Amino acid sequence: MVTTAVASWVVRRVSPGRVLAVTGRNVAALRSGPSYWLVLVSGFFEPLLYLLSIGVGVGALVGRIPLGDGQVVTYAVFVAPAMLAASAMNGALAETTFNFFFKLRYARTFEAILATPVRPFEVALGELSWAMVRSAFYTAVFLGVMVAFGLAGPWWALAAFPATLLVGLAFGAVGMAASTLMRGWQDFDVMTAAQFSLFLFSGTFAPVQDYPPVLEAVVVATPLYHAVELVRGLTLGQVEWALAGHAAYLLVMVAAGLWFAARRVERVLCK
Amino acid sequence: MQPLIYARGLVKRFGSFTAVDGIDLEVQPGEAFGFLGPNGAGKSSTMRMISCVSMPSAGELRILGRDPVREGPAIRARLGVCPQLDNLDPDLTVWENLTTYARYFGLSRAEARRKAGELLEFAQLTEKASSLVEPLSGGMKRRLTIARAMVNDPELVLLDEPTTGLDPQARHLLWERLFRLKQQGVTLVLTTHYMDEAEQLCDRLVVMDGGRIVAEGSPRRLIEDYSSPEVVELRFGLEELAGYVPRLEGVGDRVDPLPDRILLYAKDGDEAVAEVHRRGLTPSSVLVRRSTLEDVFLHLTGRTLVD
Repeated sequence: MVTTAVASWVVRRVSPGRVLAVTGRNVAALRSGPSYWLVLVSGFFEPLLYLLSIGVGVGALVGRIPLGDGQVVTYAVFVAPAMLAASAMNGALAETTFNFFFKLRYARTFEAILATPVRPFEVALGELSWAMVRSAFYTAVFLGVMVAFGLAGPWWALAAFPATLLVGLAFGAVGMAASTLMRGWQDFDVMTAAQFSLFLFSGTFAPVQDYPPVLEAVVVATPLYHAVELVRGLTLGQVEWALAGHAAYLLVMVAAGLWFAARRVERVLCK
Repeated sequence: MQPLIYARGLVKRFGSFTAVDGIDLEVQPGEAFGFLGPNGAGKSSTMRMISCVSMPSAGELRILGRDPVREGPAIRARLGVCPQLDNLDPDLTVWENLTTYARYFGLSRAEARRKAGELLEFAQLTEKASSLVEPLSGGMKRRLTIARAMVNDPELVLLDEPTTGLDPQARHLLWERLFRLKQQGVTLVLTTHYMDEAEQLCDRLVVMDGGRIVAEGSPRRLIEDYSSPEVVELRFGLEELAGYVPRLEGVGDRVDPLPDRILLYAKDGDEAVAEVHRRGLTPSSVLVRRSTLEDVFLHLTGRTLVD
């Protein structure tokens, strides 16, 4: 019922051509110079370096990790899907925070776009699509690395790829919503700190069950936990109903983030 | 004929501040229409409402016969907007600025390329096609912004202070390009505080002050209504001017003392000068000139500096 209402609203208000035009602007920016490529490539290495240093390096000291279903895996196998989820998050966030904020407040790119038939919601959708493309680029390469290192089977890696797209969309949308509230570059420090905390504590480097119950409850409420659990379940081939719950959490992030970001863009630029 | 812009009692408020305070407007197809006024007069707020990005707080507004609140995208599809500050895309080349913008209007890639080539020619930027925007001069950026506003073959082009900050050569080139658009039948609406620009480009204009329209007419008509055909500018060296004002009483239609000179508004400037000499006054310099919109403007909006 609600879904149908939302779907019909989207169909009535959104032109796929205009959304694609907004995404296409970023593709054109990619062609215009090497600086963007540099940012693009550098963002990819962070989770990969963590995988190598912590997953493989520290993993040698940690030993094996027992999973819920009795399966026991090496530490690197445990950490890799988490790094994969984190790279999906980083890729999307880099696009919808720093770049989005710059286009919203400084370059006045969106101001120019909104003088055309394109609507704020279409700007948000187009930008989010591009964030997903960037995030997908990271995760596709990362999955390739995982398969090459024997950290995931090729079919499970393929199954996990769409899930990483969802992770990118979810963080992209929420990051975009947050950027519309940013007052200046100093606010990004807060965001970076939050992002790093999520990266460290979302069941990434240690199973959340090992945390004290209170902390575990907090972690379970935060978004990267659900992304990690979803992606880990798929790369390790542990398909269960709980995955649908994690996916639902991420879907809500997508919808809420998009809706809020579009409203704020309109508030900021169409006053 | 249906007006392209129709406004009745149009109001724009930002919180407790009223930027546009109930204006009535009608702009006909093919007209070049100007908003003249000091900073803060409400020109840009009015332009933003006309370009359907800012919604009116009250009053009635029809653009191209449609309602901007409900049909914004359909109206914007037929408008060209050149904002006060260039918002060209710094990540894109000159060429891509045009092709990308064309895509927002739903032009196909092939159409976008054809249009971009044509507009670069129009803006005399063909050699700069593959340059990024940043290294361009102010005049080039402005021409590119205007070219970009033309990608959708708009029926109505809105230009917010199109030549502010440009050098005389760049301004004249831009005027010539805008005049060309006008000849092609494009309706132009522009804001400016350059009187020469308004006189050059506008068939009809309104003077705004404090969110209201204080005068309306053709440049010629406004000069006739609010000024005299000629103006005499008198200087008296370094002497205090206040003392001369009573002695000039009755010369011409109006005496306007400025800190450095006295203006006499008169039907016949030479006749006024003769009268000044008959009264035994010996100004150190005398200039007789035609009355301009600037005289109208300053008369209507006052000489106080507005920030």
